[in-house]
Amino acid sequence: MAKKISILIVDDEESVRDSLSNWFIEDGYRVECAENAKKALQLIEASYFDIILADIKMPGMDGLEMLRRIKSLRSDAIVIVMTAFASVNTAVMALKDGAFDYITKPFDPDDLSHLIRNASKQILLAQENETLKNKVVSLDSVEDIIGNSEAMKKVLKQVESVAQSNSSIIITGESGTGKELVARAIHANSPRKYYPLVSVHCGALTESLLESELFGHEKGAFTGAMYNRKGRFEMADSGTIFLDEIATISPKMQIELLRVLETKTFVRVGGNKETSSDFRVICATNRDLKSMVDQGSFREDLYYRLNVVNINVPPLRERVEDIPLLVDYFIKKYCTTMNKPAIPIDDTAMQRLEEYPFPGNIRELENMIERAIVIGNGKKISLKDLPLAKDLIDNSIESLDDFEKTFIRQILNKYSWNISRTAKALKVDRVTLYNKIKKYDLKPDEK
Amino acid sequence: MVQQNITLISFGYFGKHILEKIAEAVRQELRYPVNFKETHIDLSEFFDPGRRQYNGNKLLQAVDTMSTEQALKTVGLFSVDLFIPVLTYIFGQAFLNGKTAIASLYRLSNERYGIEADDKQLLERFTKEVIHELGHTFGLIHCMTPACVMQSSTYVEDIDQKNQNLCHHCREQLSAVIPDQIIR
Repeated sequence: MAKKISILIVDDEESVRDSLSNWFIEDGYRVECAENAKKALQLIEASYFDIILADIKMPGMDGLEMLRRIKSLRSDAIVIVMTAFASVNTAVMALKDGAFDYITKPFDPDDLSHLIRNASKQILLAQENETLKNKVVSLDSVEDIIGNSEAMKKVLKQVESVAQSNSSIIITGESGTGKELVARAIHANSPRKYYPLVSVHCGALTESLLESELFGHEKGAFTGAMYNRKGRFEMADSGTIFLDEIATISPKMQIELLRVLETKTFVRVGGNKETSSDFRVICATNRDLKSMVDQGSFREDLYYRLNVVNINVPPLRERVEDIPLLVDYFIKKYCTTMNKPAIPIDDTAMQRLEEYPFPGNIRELENMIERAIVIGNGKKISLKDLPLAKDLIDNSIESLDDFEKTFIRQILNKYSWNISRTAKALKVDRVTLYNKIKKYDLKPDEK
Repeated sequence: MVQQNITLISFGYFGKHILEKIAEAVRQELRYPVNFKETHIDLSEFFDPGRRQYNGNKLLQAVDTMSTEQALKTVGLFSVDLFIPVLTYIFGQAFLNGKTAIASLYRLSNERYGIEADDKQLLERFTKEVIHELGHTFGLIHCMTPACVMQSSTYVEDIDQKNQNLCHHCREQLSAVIPDQIIR
């Protein structure tokens, strides 16, 4: 049952208050009365009224002054002013001061009903608008991030707490863990949600292309620059810019980025006019930026400028309890895409998935499920449909260290012990790989 | 124990057959004994020369003082133009959940609107108004169901659109407050 609309009647004449009160009560409204403006303002401060019906001419504070004070307390208040003396000037003043409408006593019963109905409609529309806004937020929010594990609940809690602020955020986590999804969720829950979220994959672009992408360029700035082009910082004005793989940007870009973050101004490539933009920055990386700072490959001042808040997205192997949920999600997603009914997965296959360490995280899992649906028999996903590396499912592996040692050895053997290529394949730097080789005492001739 | 009833008091000349018809309609709809009587009061006390209308609030108070122990509810029937201070006119008035109501046929006649007189339609409108105001005395508020007699009416055309009957919801509410209804 909808909440009753509440009306406050403010008039110094008792007969007017009583008559209106009875009229509105019979219509099912909740009614209170005040004999003067002072009492009315006290009631308004203590209680919420949907509609205030106030006489203009009252001893002491008049209705127009009361209207101004009500509006300063609540800018959205619906105030209808009544007067026994029709005056265009008073009507205009009242409407200018924010009155919803103006009515002259005595009023036609139909006019009064109509007026209150219109005011009620406005209130219901505002309430509906608020409800719909909340629904829009929930469509593109934390619900897109699948996971009931404690680790993911912690991430979601962090998302909800940082979303409302303007702070810069670095999202860390292994490749394929859903860092971009987290960035989207933060944006969707922030006051900037009605403005763009602009993504830039820094790792995919050369330095010059990245510069043009971020700052835009003027026509003729370089070969191929046939038109003026807005940069991503400009596109993200009032919104959010998401810089993925931030650790890959060159030292020169780091300096330029630092300046933009500090001044929120920049110049297009080939241009000379300074442009400003109000954006919030979220970065992501699968690297250890602090170590890079220590090693001198990432600027310390930029690091601290970006890392106001750090959200770490755990790898899939640390949230095994989420695997069934994710499997279910991807089965539904790809079966729908392929116009097939959703199929189950057998228990053995699910168990193996839960045992598998997923170095590629959710991206790898998604890829497996999609492949299984394409090549499978269409009735059920079984173990044979899953490309789980046989030698990874090895009974001699009893711990994570065992697994890591075996895996690194495999990849080293695959690339004939070429350290650079192996490090690139493992998505770690050479120093890390050398440390692992030393830790596990790996040698080229070892099996 | 005194058998209570709904009392209709005529303050204008309506004719006995009109009062009988209204009483019967009320009895049918509210399923309660109804009787009627005629009386006279000096209406000039309630007349507002500035507005040239009769004060509905004061008339309601006056009829309320005439209510007897035997009357579960009392309705004053008038043929004069009624008003309350903030409105240009009213068809009737009641104490919500109270003992008394008033209704006037002054603004219900077609001639008021330059249309040919229709006594049958006038009687129907008046009957609906009486039942409507009585509904308020039993605590019923305006109903959104278009055909329900408790639907709010600000013009005579609105009265014509609704029935003389309570909708299911309003009847249930009424049954909750007058359990001792006569069984048809």
